[in-house]
Amino acid sequence: MAQNYYQKEIETMPVEEMKKLQSEKLVKQVKHVYENVPYYRNLMDEKGVKPEDINGIEDLHKLPFLTKADLRDAYPYGLLAKPLDDCVRIQSTSGTTGRRVVAFYTQKDVDLWEDCCARAIVAAGGSNKDVCQVAYGYGLFTGGPGLNGGSHKVGCLTLPMSSGNTERQIQFMTDLGATILCCTPSYAAYIGETLKDQGYKPEDIPLKAGIFGAEPWTEEMRRGIEATLGIKAYDIYGLTETSGPGVAFECSEQTGMHINEDHFYAEIIDPDTGEVLPEGSKGELVFTSLDKEAFPLLRYRTRDICVLSRKKCSCGRTLIKMAKPMGRTDDMLIIRGVNVFPSQIETVLLKEGYEPNYQIVVDRKNNTDTFEVNVEMTSDKFTDKVADIIAMEKSLANALKVMLGINPAVHLVAPKSITRSEGKAVRVIDKRKLI
Amino acid sequence: MAIKQLTVFVENKQGALVSITRALSEHNINMRALSIAETQDFGMLRIIVNDTATAERVLADEGYLIKVNDVVGVKIGDAPGKLSGALSVLDEKKINMDYLYAFMSRTEKHAYVVIRVEDNALAEKALEDAGYHIITDADVNKL
Repeated sequence: MAQNYYQKEIETMPVEEMKKLQSEKLVKQVKHVYENVPYYRNLMDEKGVKPEDINGIEDLHKLPFLTKADLRDAYPYGLLAKPLDDCVRIQSTSGTTGRRVVAFYTQKDVDLWEDCCARAIVAAGGSNKDVCQVAYGYGLFTGGPGLNGGSHKVGCLTLPMSSGNTERQIQFMTDLGATILCCTPSYAAYIGETLKDQGYKPEDIPLKAGIFGAEPWTEEMRRGIEATLGIKAYDIYGLTETSGPGVAFECSEQTGMHINEDHFYAEIIDPDTGEVLPEGSKGELVFTSLDKEAFPLLRYRTRDICVLSRKKCSCGRTLIKMAKPMGRTDDMLIIRGVNVFPSQIETVLLKEGYEPNYQIVVDRKNNTDTFEVNVEMTSDKFTDKVADIIAMEKSLANALKVMLGINPAVHLVAPKSITRSEGKAVRVIDKRKLI
Repeated sequence: MAIKQLTVFVENKQGALVSITRALSEHNINMRALSIAETQDFGMLRIIVNDTATAERVLADEGYLIKVNDVVGVKIGDAPGKLSGALSVLDEKKINMDYLYAFMSRTEKHAYVVIRVEDNALAEKALEDAGYHIITDADVNKL
C-alpha cells in the first residue's frame, strides 16, 4: 500500500537526526520553563539542576518528574509559561473535582496539536478527498477539537458532529458519505450495531477508516468494529495534559502507535525508583514536551504502563512506537472514556452521609462499559419504605454523576456485605478484559 | 395507639431470610404478621411480633439493619367486602397508604390489617369514626 505522510520529513527522519532535533528543542524548552514558571524553577532548584546542565536529550534524566499532584497544586495558572494575552484556548480533563486539569494553548500550541492529529488522519489513509466525521465530544474534552483541527489541516470535509444522537450520526454518515470516523471505540461499536440493526451491510457504508481512542479497547473489539463497519480501525493516544489526542497514532501496520517525538519525548521508567529503563522494558510512560509554549511539561508521569519500540515499521515512519497502555500505576479507572478515581466516590459518600464502604463494579456489555457502585446502607438512613430507599439510590447516583460526569447504577446493600480481605475492602472489581 | 412494626433489611442472597427467622425463634419470639417487599437489589422483611424490644435487640446484636416504627392495625370482619370498606374510609379522607398487609386471628373470626400511612393519628381517627376497631400492642400480645 502506498504510504502518505502529513509531514514526511519529520515522520521518516533518520533516528540520529531526530535525536539532534529533540536535543535542540529540549534545551530551549527547559530554558523557557525555568525562566517563566516559578513552579518548575523551584522543582529544578530543589534537585540542583540548572538549565545549563541540560545540553541534550541525554541529560533529560537529570530533570525532576512532574506528577498529576503537581498539576493539581498548580491549578489553574501555576504552570502557565506564557502571558494569558498570548493564550487562545483552554481544554480540560473530564474530572469535575480537584483533580481537574486545565491546559492552556497559544495559537502555535493549537497548530502543533492539530498537526499531530493531521498526521494520524493521513496515516489512516486520509486526504482532502475524504469526508471526516468527528463524533468525539466537542468542548472542554480534547477529542472533538483535536480531530476537528487535524481534519481541517488535512483538508477533509469535516463533519463536526460531536458525540451522541446516533440517528443523526447515521443520517449524516450515509447522506454525506463519510469515509473516516473519529470517536471512542465503544461509540464506534455502538454506531456499528445500530447500522446493522437498521439493515445496513458493511458494503453499504462508505466508511473506510476509523480513528478511535480516549479509552482502553482490545484487539478483539478492533476486529469486531472493523467487521461491522467494513473499515480499518486505528488507535490514537493522547492526554489533555500534553495537548490531547495525537501524541501517538497508529499506522497501517497496526502494531503500536508512533509517538510524535519531535513534539513529545517519551521515556519508560521504573514507577517505584524513577530509574529510566532501556527500550523494550515495561514501565511507566513519561512525556516531555519539546516545543510547547503555554503549558510545557517536563517529565510528566502519565501513570500508564507501557513499552516503547524502535523496531523498523513497514509504513516507513521512523517515529518510535508505544504499545497500547497495559494498565495504570494508580487506581484510576477509565469508564466510558471518563477518568474515575475511587477516592472521588468516597468523597461523595461522606458528603451524602454514607459510610465509605463501597465497591465499584465495572464490566463491558455490548461494547459499552457498565458502571455499578454498591454502597452499604446505614442504620440512620434505613427505613421501612421501599420507595424511600429507591429514592436514596437515585439521589446518590445523581450526586456521583455530578462529581464524575458519568452515571452509575447505585445499589444499597446490607452493612458489612462488601467483601473485605485482610480487613480491607475490595474497592474495585473490573471485569473488563482489556489487556 | 398504633402498633410497633419491625423492618429488617434482607440481603439478596441465599439463606438470608432463614437466618433472620432462626435468630427470632431461638429467642422465643413469635411472629404475628409478616410481609416481604423486594426490589432488584434487596428485600425488606416487615414483621409484627409479640415482643418488639427483644426482637430488636436480638437482630441488632446479629448485625441486621432494623427500623422500628408505628403502623396502624385495624380489626375487620372476615367476610368479603370488609377490607374494601375500611380502605374506602381512608380514600374518602384522601389518606395515602404506603403499603398494607393482612393477617388472620387464630381464635376469633376476624382479620387484621396493618396499614402504613404518613399520619397514624389521622388514619386511626378516620377509621374509628367509621366504627372500626383499632388494635394496640396489648391486643397484638393477646392474639
